[in-house]
Amino acid sequence: MMNVRESLEVLSRVRGSDDVVITNQGSARIWPLISQHPNDFQYNPSTMGGAIPLALGVALAQPYREVVVVSGDGALLMSLGSLVSVIGSGCQNLTIIVLENGIYEVTGGQRTPASGTAIDFSTIASGVGFANTHAFGDLAAWSHHAEKMFETKEPRFVNLKVGPADRQDLQTPAEVAVEQIHRFQTALATRQE
Amino acid sequence: MFTGAEIVAVLNEMEITHVVWVPDSEMGKWEPDLDTASAQMVRVCREGEAWPLAVGLTVAGSRPLVMMQTTGLFESGDALRHVVYDLEMPIYGLIGARNWLKPEIQDSAASYAEPLMKAWGVDFMVIDQGSQAQELKAHYARCREAGIAGFALMAE
Repeated sequence: MMNVRESLEVLSRVRGSDDVVITNQGSARIWPLISQHPNDFQYNPSTMGGAIPLALGVALAQPYREVVVVSGDGALLMSLGSLVSVIGSGCQNLTIIVLENGIYEVTGGQRTPASGTAIDFSTIASGVGFANTHAFGDLAAWSHHAEKMFETKEPRFVNLKVGPADRQDLQTPAEVAVEQIHRFQTALATRQE
Repeated sequence: MFTGAEIVAVLNEMEITHVVWVPDSEMGKWEPDLDTASAQMVRVCREGEAWPLAVGLTVAGSRPLVMMQTTGLFESGDALRHVVYDLEMPIYGLIGARNWLKPEIQDSAASYAEPLMKAWGVDFMVIDQGSQAQELKAHYARCREAGIAGFALMAE
């Protein structure tokens, strides 16, 4: 089981300068401590389960960019169908990273319905049609994979088994939503093929 | 209300790039025409996906149109709230108003369609004539110009 902040630092190291990173719920509080990039969008406050569809929209509109979305397992459970929508859309430039800890972190750590079950998110993604699915519980293995993650052009699914976040990290204040979305929109208007 | 060819024609005039939809039995008849339109069809599994997906398309420079039935609008209320009031995104939705034209059928989905729009405080129009395609286009243009979300309730 990985430290969640360390697992996100790996993503910060490998993301390209033109890539988009969309975080959500707990990761949206931690990501700003790691990265300050114009192409970052902290989807917080949000609609739970909405991050993957929002990222899919960006990916479809700008197929020349890599788009990475970081979702919690609780948020994914609220919108498992969004995995089907991604594959059905034909999108080839979206990477979904799911931080799996079995709890609703931002509400205080209550168990999700999947907690204690044998759920395997990678198997679900694979069954939906993701040909590129991986699960990691070890930082070195995740880091090694991440280095070459973007070499293929296809939708990707990565399941990271993480522990609960540091409570202090979750206290990061959220930027006003409307200001953040306008800043993000401006950044996306800059194209670097 | 509209034929598939008519809706495709007006979507072209509106310069719609993507149709994000969960079809109902009326809009569903348009599918063969929409599949050959210049706008890309994006099929989602649940209406709550449609609104943030349209946000992603919009911030990345596209011009999406969301299509769903009133029942889906009810179901996706939180996603809609966030898009309209937190993000203040100018998303446009064409909403099939189930049984609006069939008063003999008791259907709460029909009864609450217009009151819900008013409760949300959003800009909306009602389409109850097949001759209103240009009014749809004009309403879309007005909402886009004003930078606000807009909705068309299409009577079914």
